Amino acid sequence: MATHRNPADLVRVLPLDGLPATTAAPQLTAQQHRDMFRSMLLVRMLDEKMLLLQRQGRIAFFGPSAGQEAAIIGSGSVARAQDWIFPALREAGVALHRGFPLEQYFGQLFGNVLDPQKGRQQPMHFSSAAVHQVSLSSPIATQLPQAVGAAYAAKLRGDDVVVFGYLGDGATSEHDFHCALNFAGVWKAPVLFICQNNGWAISVPFEKQTASDGIAVKAAAYGMPGIAVDGNDVLAVRAATQMAMDRALRGEGPALLELVTWRRGGHSSSDDPSRYRDEASIPAWVLIDPIERYRDYLRANNIVSAAEEQTISAALKSAMDAALVTAEAAPGPAMDTLFTDVYATIPAHLQRQMESAGSDTSGRAEGAFPL
Amino acid sequence: MTANTGTTVMTLLQALNLALTEEMERCEDVVILGEDVGRAGGVFRTTDGLQAKFGEARVMDTPLAESGIIGAAIGMALYGLRPVAEIQFSDFIFPAMDQIVSEMAKFRYRSGGEFTCPVVVRAPSGGGIRGGHYHSQSPEAYFCHTPGLVVLAPSTPEDAKGLLKSAIRGADPVIFFEPKRIYRTVKGEVPNDPDFTVPIGKARIARAGKDVTVIAWGAMVHTCLEAAEKAARNGVDIEVVDLRSLVPLDEVTVLDSVRKTGRVVVASEATRTCGFAAEISALIAEEVIEYLQAPIVRVTGYDTPFPYALEHVYMPGPDRVLAAVHRVKTF
Repeated sequence: MATHRNPADLVRVLPLDGLPATTAAPQLTAQQHRDMFRSMLLVRMLDEKMLLLQRQGRIAFFGPSAGQEAAIIGSGSVARAQDWIFPALREAGVALHRGFPLEQYFGQLFGNVLDPQKGRQQPMHFSSAAVHQVSLSSPIATQLPQAVGAAYAAKLRGDDVVVFGYLGDGATSEHDFHCALNFAGVWKAPVLFICQNNGWAISVPFEKQTASDGIAVKAAAYGMPGIAVDGNDVLAVRAATQMAMDRALRGEGPALLELVTWRRGGHSSSDDPSRYRDEASIPAWVLIDPIERYRDYLRANNIVSAAEEQTISAALKSAMDAALVTAEAAPGPAMDTLFTDVYATIPAHLQRQMESAGSDTSGRAEGAFPL
Repeated sequence: MTANTGTTVMTLLQALNLALTEEMERCEDVVILGEDVGRAGGVFRTTDGLQAKFGEARVMDTPLAESGIIGAAIGMALYGLRPVAEIQFSDFIFPAMDQIVSEMAKFRYRSGGEFTCPVVVRAPSGGGIRGGHYHSQSPEAYFCHTPGLVVLAPSTPEDAKGLLKSAIRGADPVIFFEPKRIYRTVKGEVPNDPDFTVPIGKARIARAGKDVTVIAWGAMVHTCLEAAEKAARNGVDIEVVDLRSLVPLDEVTVLDSVRKTGRVVVASEATRTCGFAAEISALIAEEVIEYLQAPIVRVTGYDTPFPYALEHVYMPGPDRVLAAVHRVKTF
């Protein structure tokens, strides 16, 4: 079981078990490398800290990304400020890489006034208009036709914008995945479908999700290229995403990227993979840490030294700790936010419900109702 | 004649086409997408001529997938366009339910107001065209039950034009049910003013009366008006309230009429259980029960799938409305 994909079939830059690179390293500045590496470290650091907070009962829920940092940052770092992101569960790191403030990230997890969403969603459903990233939706694959629509709109207006629609391997079974790729192919919309194939949809392994030979192959049915990439190789992910991006910018339409990675932990803080996953049978290559693979490259090419990494990590930790203290101290959302933003203006029936909420029972002593 | 003043007599279908034309001329963000809406002009011809006039980029024949149509429309609206999506028959809206209920209705709320999707979903609905259960249903209650959606159901050419324009110009997602049975049979005066709109959330007194209030929406308004004419010949003066807007609902007009007459019939083509007629009945019972001189009576479709051969039995006609009026009048 859980054979997952054969690494020899995947686009690769960083060495793996003696397998050769299949494509050249992307041309990146030292600063770009440092930014990507920093974001990967941040995603890992947040993962560890937030799972701890969840276990302590300080946040209700968390969806970890450990092991998928290369797929997340390698792809997300290609997005420019004007590009739009329609994420799945594990792309908060894309928003953070593009400037989503940690205070707002934590505010969303706590559901308080620092959250741009006003505490209205379960943890992990981050969104921010400032970085053009809508929130993930717990229903699976619904974001993909929306990504196509946004891409169509950008094209209609002649805007220099590409839309990134993220998904997991489980999402490829949903009708909206097929609708989205079909529409995008017909419309030649500037949209990238980026699938993090981490081998698991909660408890269901990849081979029970689809009988096709991987996910990239599905692109052919919709008239677009599909590229299967070693998703734990941040430079391969970056190169493949950039290639798809350049194609979209040339007006050649959408592409499907399959980033083959591995979900190291549970689906979420509510999940227990020991119930369904035999850890002994996990293919060894997927467990080679994507951060370590990148670190080896950065050291070998004298881009980030051990001392520099220590400085980066220390700065990240102090920024995280400071933001966490600020965010945890912030108050919960105001009562009226229960009723605002349902519509642009509050209709009469909702206005009455708003006025009665709280006054129905609050402010009166126990026993005040003679019943 | 075509000045900005005055009116022109037209069908409901022509009024809808005119509203779409005017809004597309007014604002280049307005786009139309759906199945067969382009070259064919829609299976009912509601979008006739629009692709020729505004081009394929703004009037799109989409692949055949309702979830894709609504999902794409949501993405377009998030980006800043004003998409008008057509679902060919409201019976085919269900593949898009997830997009409508989980996404379109919640985007503003769940993003704290940062992302909004003012999509208008046009959906021909209702029976009486010998369409069987997949071309005849009235699914409005599902949408009225979903906070975040505006639900409209006009019954006249004037309201069809005015409400569609308000929907396209508005800030909220709208499900716009079109009474397809009367697309071509009902004609009326429609204001020529391209900025004529009908406010969302306002009911219309379709016929003033003092004895019994009959509340309806969509094509059923005309059935009730027919019943009212018959009742008038027998000395019963029916007031017909055309809701036009189900969400938000004009509670003031409904309750004022009930206070005046004290007797209420709510008429709807949809199935009975948990239909919108039940919501109206509950509202009246909660708010003005002291004015009621008889039980509230619903006239609705039966709790069966919409039939084919026995369509005329299933759908409430004027006589069933009159039977209900008789019941509340003689209680």
